Amino acid sequence: MSAPGGGRSGPAEWGGFEDNMQGGGSAVIDMENMDDTSGSSFEDMGEMHQRMKEEEEEEAEGEAGAGGEEDGEFLGMKGLQGQLGRQVADQMWQVGKRQASKAFSLYANIDILRPYFDVEPVQVRTRLLESMVPVKMINFPQKIAGELYGPLMLVFTLVAILLHGMKTSDTIIREGTLMGTAIGTCFGYWLGVSSFIYFLAYLCNAQITMVQMLSLLGYGLFGHCITLLVTYNIHFHSLFYIFWLVVGGLSTLRMVAVLVSRTVGHTQRLILCGTLAALHMLFLLYLHFAYHKVVEGILDTLEGPNMPPFQRVARDIPVVSNAVLNTTAKANAMTL
Amino acid sequence: MRVSCWRSLPTCGLQSTLFQLRDLKAVGKKFVHVMYPKKSSALLRDWDLWGPLVLCVSLALMLQGGSADSKEDGGPQFAEVFVIIWFGAVVITLNSKLLGGTISFFQSLCVLGYCVLPLTVAMLVCRLVLLAGSGTVSFIIRLIVVIAMFAWSTLASTAFLADSQPPHRKALVVYPIFLFYFVISWMILTFTPQ
Repeated sequence: MSAPGGGRSGPAEWGGFEDNMQGGGSAVIDMENMDDTSGSSFEDMGEMHQRMKEEEEEEAEGEAGAGGEEDGEFLGMKGLQGQLGRQVADQMWQVGKRQASKAFSLYANIDILRPYFDVEPVQVRTRLLESMVPVKMINFPQKIAGELYGPLMLVFTLVAILLHGMKTSDTIIREGTLMGTAIGTCFGYWLGVSSFIYFLAYLCNAQITMVQMLSLLGYGLFGHCITLLVTYNIHFHSLFYIFWLVVGGLSTLRMVAVLVSRTVGHTQRLILCGTLAALHMLFLLYLHFAYHKVVEGILDTLEGPNMPPFQRVARDIPVVSNAVLNTTAKANAMTL
Repeated sequence: MRVSCWRSLPTCGLQSTLFQLRDLKAVGKKFVHVMYPKKSSALLRDWDLWGPLVLCVSLALMLQGGSADSKEDGGPQFAEVFVIIWFGAVVITLNSKLLGGTISFFQSLCVLGYCVLPLTVAMLVCRLVLLAGSGTVSFIIRLIVVIAMFAWSTLASTAFLADSQPPHRKALVVYPIFLFYFVISWMILTFTPQ
């Protein structure tokens, strides 16, 4: 598959907790073998220092082992205790260090995620386009690619678009930051709704894994990205509603069709797909109305910050319930 | 900087001064490499994070004072800019490693950090232009400058990073870099002083 750096082979280092796994797995930061940092003398010094210290420790242990009894005889119990204490402390340090770097190379081992990023650009493009096309065959379980690159990039793109929308609507966040809110909203939706729908799928006996759900919902955000990109720049309500129904609807239909093809039973299909459709469409609605700006106020952003903003000022944005926002959105729509 | 003082304490002071000058020169050389991105391996071989730190701090400092109102802070806070740059760089590095890149974690951080230099220059220019006025003309000038520097940053980092990827996956690595510098450019462009 991929060629990890440093010429390490992938599958061989998967299970083992043995000592020879240290330095063999490609951890995020390879503390053991940093053979590609030859130019940085800090690393070299650090390594040399470590090596010298270990050599000294070995010599000291060797001498202590040989001369410990003599010292003990000379100094009596006090000398022996001191010697023992030092050795115990040393051993504890060694064991602790070994365990820490085992844990580190296990959890920071990104090889676990590597299979989910094994894609080609053509595949990503195909999947993006397919995410807008509802499948017709729902009697046969549709294939979902368990890939995380596309969804992750789409979530980040949505964050960028959201930032743009928040800025052009002069949203003022009182507690928190623009960036934090955008990232929190998008990742929260992707991870939270995926987990919730996965839980529902578990209850409804649908055949879908967590990665597949993440992938499906992630690619479903493509419709959201397109809609928001267009409607944050061209501010017409009717245009937004058309995009909401058509683009949002198509991507929702695609997800719903895939889920239906993997679920048995009418009630279960209804619960699962109804929930997903509702959450997906409402999220798009929320993203539009929470950071919306009336047309007349657009020029104010170019004039400067001193003009009184026309738009509704968004209050603190915690993780809100849709009910509050929907009522506000309705009130807003009525005034426009 | 190089930590060589542990060896010989008496000459510690003298050696550390010499090493600082040499390291400054290395950092300066890397700046030049970023502004004229040719396929050299200097940035990758002798990585260091001093340049990125200096650039990040200066960019975050220059983005201060951008609040529309003294009560409500509309501009990015210092910590926000810092976190965005480093978190973004870490994500891009992880992504390029997961896609099968041969570059190391810190080398990638180094390249991405150094390639923020054109955007820092753009921020400087924007602040100077905003001193003159904040009308439509100044907005257009700022827009052009920021777009040009954004393109420069993206191309520079692509020139260094894309070679370490398998050839058919270059687009997958370039896109997050594009997005990263886009967000930073957006922060610079939408900056309005008090």
